[in-house]
Parts: sequence; C-alpha cells; structure tokens
Amino acid sequence: MTGVAERAVGAPLVRRDGPLKVTGRAAYAYEQPVADPLYLFPIEATVARGRIVSIDAAAAEAADGVVVVLTHRNAARLAPDADPELRILQDDVIRFRNQFVGAVVAETSEAARYAAGLVRVEYEEAPHDVTFRADHPELYAPESVNAGIATDSVFGDVEMALAKAHRTIDHVYSTPLEHHNPMEPHTTVAAWHGEDGSGRLTLHDSNQGASTARSMLAPVLGIAPERVRVISPYVGGGFGSKAMPHAHVVLAVLAARLVGGRPVKFAMSRRQTFTQASHRSPQIQRVRLGADRDGRLTAIAHGSIAQTSRFKEFVEQTTFVTRSMYAAPNRSTTHRAVPSDVSVPGIFRAPGETPGFFALESAMDEMALACGIDPVEFRVRNEPEREPETGLPFSSRDYVACMREGARRFGWEGRDPAPGGTRAGEWLIGTGMAGCAYPAYFLRGGTQAAVEALPDGRYRVDIAAADIGTGAWTALAQVSADALGVPVEDVDMAIGDSALPPAAMAGGSMGMTFWGTAIIEAARVLRERFGERPEPGARVTATAPDNPHVGKVSMHAYGAHFAEVRVNADTGEVRVSRLLGMFDLGRVINPRTTRSQLIGGMIMGLSMALHEEGVRDPRFGHTVNCDLAQYHIAAHADVEDVDAIWLDGDDRYYNPMGAKGVGETGIVGAAAAIANAAHHATGIRVRDLPMTPEKFLR
Amino acid sequence: MIPFDYRRPDDAPGAVALVAPRPDAAFLAGGTNLVDHMRLGIARPELLVDVSRLPFDTIERLPDGGVRVGAAVRNSDLAAAPLIRRRYPMLAAALLAGASPQLRNLATTGGNLLQRTRCAYFQDATTPCNKRVPGSGCSALDGFHRHHAVLGASDGCVAVHPSDMAVALTALDAQVRVLGGAGERVVPMTEFHRLPGERPERDTVLEHGELITAVDLPPLAMAARSAYRKVRERASYAFALVSVAAALSVKDGVVVDARVALGGVAHRPWRAVRAEGALRGAPATEDAFRAAADAELADARPLPGNAFKVPMARNAMVAVLRDLNAGGAR
Repeated sequence: MTGVAERAVGAPLVRRDGPLKVTGRAAYAYEQPVADPLYLFPIEATVARGRIVSIDAAAAEAADGVVVVLTHRNAARLAPDADPELRILQDDVIRFRNQFVGAVVAETSEAARYAAGLVRVEYEEAPHDVTFRADHPELYAPESVNAGIATDSVFGDVEMALAKAHRTIDHVYSTPLEHHNPMEPHTTVAAWHGEDGSGRLTLHDSNQGASTARSMLAPVLGIAPERVRVISPYVGGGFGSKAMPHAHVVLAVLAARLVGGRPVKFAMSRRQTFTQASHRSPQIQRVRLGADRDGRLTAIAHGSIAQTSRFKEFVEQTTFVTRSMYAAPNRSTTHRAVPSDVSVPGIFRAPGETPGFFALESAMDEMALACGIDPVEFRVRNEPEREPETGLPFSSRDYVACMREGARRFGWEGRDPAPGGTRAGEWLIGTGMAGCAYPAYFLRGGTQAAVEALPDGRYRVDIAAADIGTGAWTALAQVSADALGVPVEDVDMAIGDSALPPAAMAGGSMGMTFWGTAIIEAARVLRERFGERPEPGARVTATAPDNPHVGKVSMHAYGAHFAEVRVNADTGEVRVSRLLGMFDLGRVINPRTTRSQLIGGMIMGLSMALHEEGVRDPRFGHTVNCDLAQYHIAAHADVEDVDAIWLDGDDRYYNPMGAKGVGETGIVGAAAAIANAAHHATGIRVRDLPMTPEKFLR
Repeated sequence: MIPFDYRRPDDAPGAVALVAPRPDAAFLAGGTNLVDHMRLGIARPELLVDVSRLPFDTIERLPDGGVRVGAAVRNSDLAAAPLIRRRYPMLAAALLAGASPQLRNLATTGGNLLQRTRCAYFQDATTPCNKRVPGSGCSALDGFHRHHAVLGASDGCVAVHPSDMAVALTALDAQVRVLGGAGERVVPMTEFHRLPGERPERDTVLEHGELITAVDLPPLAMAARSAYRKVRERASYAFALVSVAAALSVKDGVVVDARVALGGVAHRPWRAVRAEGALRGAPATEDAFRAAADAELADARPLPGNAFKVPMARNAMVAVLRDLNAGGAR
C-alpha cells in the first residue's frame, strides 16, 4: 500500500467484465453449469379472483419427459407469516389473474411448456375489481409509503395561500401501468442438497442483490439464511424488477423440493415478465401551485393516488421529493391508494420520483408560463436555502448550476416562450426543460466487505454487491484500488454471491454508497491491523460505518433535462430530436459507466413519455398488451441525440467517495422535459402519459 | 415439446399434395408468424410442410413490362431490389417500414400476405376471440381496440391486417399466383384478403392446401412516383396506426390518375376506391385531396378507443398526396 500517484476513481475505465460478456463467456444464471437439470414451465390462473375447484394433471403427467406437476396439493409448506407475494401454492385461493397455480417440471424446457398446456384447472370465479380511478370507493391512506416514508405532510395553510395567490394552477396528471423488461429474463436455477428439512438450497438467480434474496427467501422457506446460497455474478438488467425476489423464485424452489436434488431451471418468457415481475402502478396526481406577483411560489400542494394489490400493499413515494424541491411557505403532500385484485406493484426505476417529477415539473412549466417567466428563471427564483420541510442544510445542491450550465450548452438563451412558433415543413418544433432530484436513501446498513492481501502486492476484495449492468464490477475495483493504494489491475473483485460478506442490493441508487464505504473501511482496518505491507493471506472483514450525517443534512443528486421535440402537424407523431441532461452527482467514480447509466435512464424517461402503457382489461384483469411488439419501449430509431454531462463535485456527506447516486437520477424529470417541449411545439399540454400521436391530432 | 411432423418436399405440386388432404397441415416459410402462434398455443398444425426452399426466390421482369416476385423472396431482399426501388418505390418503402431487420430477413413475400389478421386478444389463448374460436365472442369490441378497424369491420371481429407490404401491393393492383390441387389460379390483391363478416376465422380467399407461388406487379408507370407513409408512435418495429400507399399522376394541375390504399384501418388492406374516383379529374390541390380522403372515410365506423384513426387517416392521405404532388416521394 505504498503511494500510487494516479487515482483510479474518476478514470473512464472500460468494464472489466466487458470481454467476458461480448464473447459470451460471462455465465448468467440460466447458463451456470449444473448437473442433470430439469426445466420448469408455470401454470397461471385464468381468472382474477376465486378458488381452484379442480386440477386435472393426468395428461401432463403422462406426457413424454414430464417428471412432476407441482400444485398447491403437493407443494411444501411455507412459513405461515411469509411475505404474501412469496407465499405461493399454499391454498386454492386466486388473488389475481396470472397467479401461479402450479408448474410442470420436465426433462426439457419444450416438454415442460407443452405439458403445462395439458393441465386443466377449473375455477370457481368470484367478482373481481381491477379498476383504478380517483373516486374509487375503497381509496385509503396508507400508514406509510415505500421506503418507510410518511404518507402526508402539511406546512402552513395551502388553501388560504391559493386563495390569495396572484397566479394559481390546478391540474391532474396521470401516468399509466408500466412494465419493466430487463434484457435478461428473470431466471432461477434452484437445487436442494441433502435431506428434506435439513438440506441446503443453492440458487443461481438473476437479481439485484444476492444477500437481499437470501434474507428474504430463507424465512419464507422456514430455514436459516446460512442454508441458502444465492449466486448472481452477472445480471442483465433489473430496473427494480429484480430488487426483491418474486414468486417465480419460490416456484422453482418448491419444484426442486419434489425432484430429489436435481436442479430446476426456470427462465421466464417475455409474457411472464409482464405478469410475474411486478410493475409500476398507474397513478393519478393533482398539483396545485400558487405564486405571487414576483413569481415566487406561495403554495405547493401535490397529491398522488396509486393502485396497489389487495393482498399486499406497495405504494410509491410519489410526492416525497416535492417536500424538498422548491421553496414555498404553504405546502401539502399526500399519498393515497386504491386496492385492486392485481399482482403486487413494485420498485420500478426511481419509484416515486419518476412519476412524481413528471407531474411536479410539468406543473412548474405551466406556472412559469402563467407567470410569464422563463422556466429556468422561474425555478431559480424558487430555489430554497434549506430543505423546505425539514429545515436541514443541503449537503450540496448544484441544481441552479445544472440549469444554468445545461441551458448554456443546450442553446436555451433567446428562446421564444410562446408555443407553436417554430415549424419546419410538416414538423412543429419546441424546446422544454425540467428539473431532476434523487434523494439519498439510507435504508439498509450492515454492508460488509472483506479485503485480503495476495502475493505480489495484489489484493482480493469480497463483497456480495451486484452488477446489474451498471459497471459495479469496475467501479468497485476503482474504489478498492484507491483505498488500498494500488493500481486497479492489482485488485481482484468477487461480487454477486451470498457466500461473500453481505451487502445492500443494487437499488435506490445507493449500492455504491454502501459497498464503497464498506470497502474503504475494510482497507482501513487491514492497514490498521497489518500495516502498510500486509503479508499474503492477511484478511479482514469490516462493516460500513453508519453515516453520521443522516438526519442532519439533506442529501440529493440533482439535474436538469433539456429537450427538443418535433411533433408532426399532420399525424401527431412525436419525436425527440435532442435530449441533454446536466447533473450534479458529487464525485463521479467512472465517467464511462456513469454516462451509460444516465443516458439509459434518460432513454427510459423518453420511453415513458412517448410509449409505455400497460393496458389492463377490467373484464379479465390482465395486461392485454403483454409482449414487446405491443407494449412499446423506445427503439433505436426513437433515440436520436441524447447526451448526459455533469458538474465537477464532491459530496463528503454522502460517503467517503464523495459520490451521489446515479442509477435512477437520469430518468427523473426526463418525461416532463419532453412533455414541456411538446407543449412548446404545439400549444397542446398532455397531462396523461404516454404522449401518443392522437393527443396532438387536430 | 409440441408434437408435429415436418416435411420438405422437392417441388410445389409435392407441397400442395402433402397439405391439401390434411386439415391439420400447414405450409411453413419464414415462420415469423406461424412459429410464434405455435408457441402461444393458438396454432396447432400437426404437419408442417416447409416451402421456404422451393425455387420461388427470384425477382423477374415479365414480358408485359411487369415484375414477378417469387413467393419465397425474403422481405429484405425485395426491399433492396433495384428494380423494385426504382419502379415501385412505395413497395420498397412499405417493406422497410415493416417489422424489424431480423424479421424481414426471414419473412417471405407469400408468408407476409398470409400472416394472420390479428389482435392482442387473438394472441392470448385465455380470452374469447371469434377468429381463434369461432362463436366465442370478440373481446376487442368492448375492450382494448386502439389499433383496430374503422372500416369494413363486423361485430364478429375488428382486428386489422398488419402487413405494410400488402398495402402497397393492393394499391399497385398486384396479382397473386396460387397453386392448388386443381391447378394454378390468379387472385387480384384487392380480393385476396377478406373482410370479417360472419366468418372472421378466414383471413383470405385461399382454400386449404393452396400455395402462393408468386406475386405479379403490373407495369404501372405512375408507380415510379409513389410513396408509403406509416404513422406510428414508435419510430420502428411497430404496427401502423394508419398507413397510406399512394401513387399520383398529375398533368397541368389536374389529377390524371391515382392509386391509394390504406393500412391499419380494416381486416384487410383497404383499397381507397372512392378516394381514387374523387381524385381523377380533380384539381391537384390540398382541398381536393382532403375531399377525396373524406369521401373514402365517410363510411368509417370507429369504436370509442380508435376514433382518432379517422382524422389520422385523412391527414395522412392528404399529406402523402400533397408530397407526391410537390414532387417528393418517400
């Protein structure tokens, strides 16, 4: 650990796992070599509510290659108090359409799939309700919302302030049911070793955190976490859908119980990804703003309504960031939910912030216009000195600088604010901007890392972190190299295995905060215990210290999106010609992988703005358009000029690296910037996403 | 696995002889639609007769100046053929607007015509669909029908034929050459696909066992100035909300002749006969184009969720005719 001149953090290193991936040698969960595997194909309920009357599996059991048909009648018992989403096949009750009611396990995936179609399930249907609307009679206030955040907040007197305001706006914004579809499907290979009841379970599983998967699954199965090993070295995307294990993992585990130790492989089909991998709930938001003559906000009221599942609650923290974004003396935020007979909604890239900022930043654009003030200047004018609802100082907040520098690079100056002013042939052209903020979540402490000295001055770093395509393999090696004072090539990383020191999942844009902190702590302890030149074999495991600043400062990443949009005057087609994001991320550990994450998030925001919409049929309770030909996400042709840049920064309150969260920051606000630009192009304000062509037809 | 037999006959009569007597047999070419449907459990042929390697993979000039496109010519090859790009630009454009490069590399000319008229409910074996299970009801009628028909639909089915290529072929008055047990026959493109009526399970007029061998393009000089415009929310790999294939011949400011067909509006590619009639002899002005479009769409009967297709189709028709009149083609 002698001094090394060059720091690895900040270098745009290529992914160290890149060559393995592009040559097909990186073994994803389904490709992990296992001996004598079997294959699973699930059986899904075809009613949305009711109970199973009978299951006739005789034809399936007699089909070539079939080993067993798993149903609630032969499934092992799970813990009675298990997570309701994971406690499957324990009774005959149908809680949502497409619920797993069984599975066929066979010698080949083709045989399993075919035989699954031979199983006859009869149901006694009960009335179901999957409708979602603001005046639903079952609307209720949750006790808290995702991440343990308070349901409501109130400061001052919003109604009075709105009544007295010089300008007010009051609009309803809606975002649809959205389904995330990682390139790598949700995949599990489950194998039991040893006798039933005393056995150990190995899972090759595609997830965002091996430790999280283990700690959530073990209690469901009623066994000690030490008897579960989850291995996930390479993961082809998650977007939140792999943050927590879903029912498919339990299905494979239950099936593996019945086949005498043979591994059971289950890779979801794309259609099953729509039904089993969670989703973003549709939401209805109302934003009311009041402003004085100088364009200073006097009132901010932001309420959201989301759909949740009747049998397990999940409600996004949609208005949470509104509590910290703009100054105003009178404020109110609320979250409400409508229970439905649907599968459990879940985490979808920036749950809360993504839909919330579509509404808030659309409303800010509308208010800027109402006040006759440039959208950037209007936001600058409402910049708070301290976090409005807590009074805490900001750890760092370069939001204004993001807007100013973004505007300069985009060519915002001199923009005519009047909508509909620019036309090129059949295209109406407009520009728009929106703000972005993503809070630092400190949800799960206890992340550990181990550092071991190897011969020749090399080190090995062990941590059950996850690389879901983010570049964590590489960025963690960079943090490690600086912490150990060696070139990055001298660090061997091991991640993605619950046998390694436990770690927070890759979620909430907080993975690097926990992982990097633990690694730096482990390097410090190693040095403390073994000196600057530890002998090979010297090894320590250390726990990331709790952040002493939590609750004392307000920590957020910030950004500003600038969009140029064209709308076809004949057909209403919307295309995004340019998208520029300028961000405040603290210190950037790897500019190459950071940029990829940011533009990926921005493209996902573009996709949300223009395309994504799951259509639920109230009669059947299912998503009608459940494949990628019908559920549209942005294709290459939709992505023209997209770029992400950032300001120099270093936020020492966040973590020892000075780095803020990146993974979700890019998507927050992107859809609003595009909607604001489309309004500037056409004069038509679309408040319900996606902005499909018919909404601009005249 | 799904049990089925697979045969690869040496010639077309052999293929017909294999399929014709067996109701459970189907021809297989690119497989881009049929194999999907087998996986989804909505097509269950027990015999697949592979015709993709029969000698129908050429594009030839015909003595009358037309062009014969073999049924096995891949969509990507047809789109790239210089003869097609020069003489029938609307066809090349339509092909390139369809599907994705990977699908176009596999899909054949004959198979493209025979892809199912379909919708999301048709593709989901757990929901009622008259096309999939006659008499079970139409789920789209009172369900999700944003993409569905506004012209020529019935209460039995409101699905649309998704092909782009077929829209251009319809506008061009192409002829489909078919081989059956009783010999060869020729079916005009305009009569090849059916409206749903009482028998939505039938997409085309082909009898079981009839095999498409070629599609003939007539020597239509005006097609050299033609265009295909596909309106869709996603810039690629999306079915048309509406599409327009058109050719326009104008002399001294007056429309001499016009060919117009619409996609995304009906159970079959929709030849805009009324619009063509209104255009012939009319001044080549935007007002006249709009009147022609309105004439075509006068009988449109949209559903609550797809009413936008009527103004969208009208605007798209006007835009394409306007561009063609201005000398552009796309």
